[in-house]
Amino acid sequence: MKDGVKVEEKLEQKTSKDKAGPQVVSEKAPAPQEELKGAAAQRIVDPDYLILEAPRKREFITGSEAAKEAIRRANVDIAIAYPITPQSETMQQVGYLYAEGYIKDYYRAEEEIGVMGAIAGASRAGVRSLTATAGPGLMRGIEQIASWPGGRLPSVLLIMCRVVNCPLAIQPDNVELSYILNCGGIVLHGENQQDFYDYSLAAFMIGEKPEVTLPVAVAVDGFFVTHARGWVSMPAEDIKLPPRNCYHESVPMMDNENPPIRISRDAPIQKSNFISYQMHASWQQEVFAAQERAKKWINRWLGGIIEVVNPKAKTMIVASGAAVSQSREAVRQAEEMGLDVGLVKIKSLRPFPAQELIEATDHADKIIVPEFNYVGWLAKEVKSTVGRNERVFAGPRVFGGMSMPTELILEAITGSNI
Amino acid sequence: MSLETIKPAPGFLDYLPKEYQDLIEDGPFFQQRKVSELGSFKEAIEEHPMCAGCAMTLFIRLVYLGLPSLEHSVIIGTAGCGRLALTQGAVPFVYGNYGDTNCVASGLKRGLDIRFKDTPKDVIVMAGDGGLADIGFHGVMHSWFRKEKFTTIMLDNEVYGNTGGQESGMTQKGMILKMAPTGKKFEKMDMLGLAKTSGVAYTARIAPTNPTRVVNTIRKAVLIAREVGPTYIQAYTSCNIEYAIPTPKVMDDARDVEKDRYGFLEYFSDEAKEYWDRSEAERKKARKEQIKQ
Repeated sequence: MKDGVKVEEKLEQKTSKDKAGPQVVSEKAPAPQEELKGAAAQRIVDPDYLILEAPRKREFITGSEAAKEAIRRANVDIAIAYPITPQSETMQQVGYLYAEGYIKDYYRAEEEIGVMGAIAGASRAGVRSLTATAGPGLMRGIEQIASWPGGRLPSVLLIMCRVVNCPLAIQPDNVELSYILNCGGIVLHGENQQDFYDYSLAAFMIGEKPEVTLPVAVAVDGFFVTHARGWVSMPAEDIKLPPRNCYHESVPMMDNENPPIRISRDAPIQKSNFISYQMHASWQQEVFAAQERAKKWINRWLGGIIEVVNPKAKTMIVASGAAVSQSREAVRQAEEMGLDVGLVKIKSLRPFPAQELIEATDHADKIIVPEFNYVGWLAKEVKSTVGRNERVFAGPRVFGGMSMPTELILEAITGSNI
Repeated sequence: MSLETIKPAPGFLDYLPKEYQDLIEDGPFFQQRKVSELGSFKEAIEEHPMCAGCAMTLFIRLVYLGLPSLEHSVIIGTAGCGRLALTQGAVPFVYGNYGDTNCVASGLKRGLDIRFKDTPKDVIVMAGDGGLADIGFHGVMHSWFRKEKFTTIMLDNEVYGNTGGQESGMTQKGMILKMAPTGKKFEKMDMLGLAKTSGVAYTARIAPTNPTRVVNTIRKAVLIAREVGPTYIQAYTSCNIEYAIPTPKVMDDARDVEKDRYGFLEYFSDEAKEYWDRSEAERKKARKEQIKQ
């Protein structure tokens, strides 16, 4: 699936920048003593240092392992698991982290409504919480998930995309992301194992920012990313993020630490009067405004909300997730064929980088949107964002478990069979 | 944490709502108020939008009285009549989604335990028969199997009152209600039996006829949940609207139903019994010493 050479180059660049040295910003934790090992040896460091500056080493690991390594350094309080392919591997790994003392509480819940409800409870209690799911599991939990943003509940949800039944299949396909786009939470879409590590770690910090206070979903394409190995560069295991600072968020915690208080921030607003309508309307506006405010932090910690390759090319590919990897290779092959093709990688689906996309594609004659799903949710987003949208070619699309040969993308570029 | 956490500046308190002032100066926090004191202090709930004569409202009022530390309690509910009153209480209230009360409570309780190691935080689920026995059934059962340390209180009015009178799993067999046009086909669900089977530490069945018993039962359930494991209280809180009980007759109905099929029952697990007997003995001993002094 991957363009090994290019991925490697990118990672090399990243490591070579990491020469700042261990400028540890430790507020409370003492310097590690030699006898301490594992979780006990971890020091709290500034998020900027952990995410951007700490020296990194490369490892050849699966996406599930990359997620595990992010969680190891994320200072998670509680992780709640429920098995579903291809996600199970990750939450099992997180279970091992709990057994090793990296996470304070962990359990296998009854099913996804139970998981997503419990995450809502844990987040209201003010602790840092994590779960993961895939396909039908996401569908099952979506009533709860859609209520998290309104509850202003920071937490991280990893989504390892797969087919949504029926017919039953466990193959790669990211149609499920179309359902979560309008739930109100932040949705990041990683391209490869490296992104899965980087985005998962940054997700906690982005969602917990006072002006954001939202859940963050980090999606990757199942199997292609979760079960395949790739090079992932990561800092040492002995540093971690600061804990969640729940009293710095935009809503009070449900911990009854300040009685007397009549607090019910998710109170049913169903009285038929204009104050109720106004309240509900402004609450929804505020959730989506908070998404926009997250852009600053996405830009900072994900190295920009989009990545542009060959910015002046007349044909631009716009993609997210694993389709980006295939598009990178298609760009390389197109170059060999003497074609001028560029690429815009969308890292965040919510907030959607509308202005950035407009600017990156304004000069293009043709915009290609390859996707791993039937419905073409990204193409719809792109079409409703860019001007002169007759330029948008909504495809190629593969689904139900198919892989995406680069020839399909090249055919879309040239308009002829390759 | 104390009433000092948020302290109005001198001179400002006078301009805060009278209700807030009363809750600080003469409220139910940091002390166990008695049933005999009702009406003489500022209660956690006073105004509410419930129907006139609603037995559920009386029961909820008594629950607030019975909670052993109101200032460390968080209540979780769901769709239904009860939450109309619960949102008016001076205690944080979580309105989750349909049927996820015990799932949310599991996460909330575990989260609070992580953050507050020395101060017990009590989580109480209070929802209707539909919310707990029907749509929330799986979450209730699994929270019991997992031995989650919080109290579940079912406000059992044997009907979906808030949506206009539909049959629930807790409705008695044969009752004609909406969505049961020819009468309910199966027996009232035995949630008490299920609680016992799934290892609930303390289970009680109660009607709101004896306020002191309600208060004591609530207190017992919350304290046992804190130390031992899940507790369950199933309370008959009639719907006088859907069951057409004349308002002045609501308590007569409660007494009749109690006598007929809803008499007070309680069940302790061995561990809960041992804990409760021990803590009661300690309390009595402490009281005697206090009197001596």
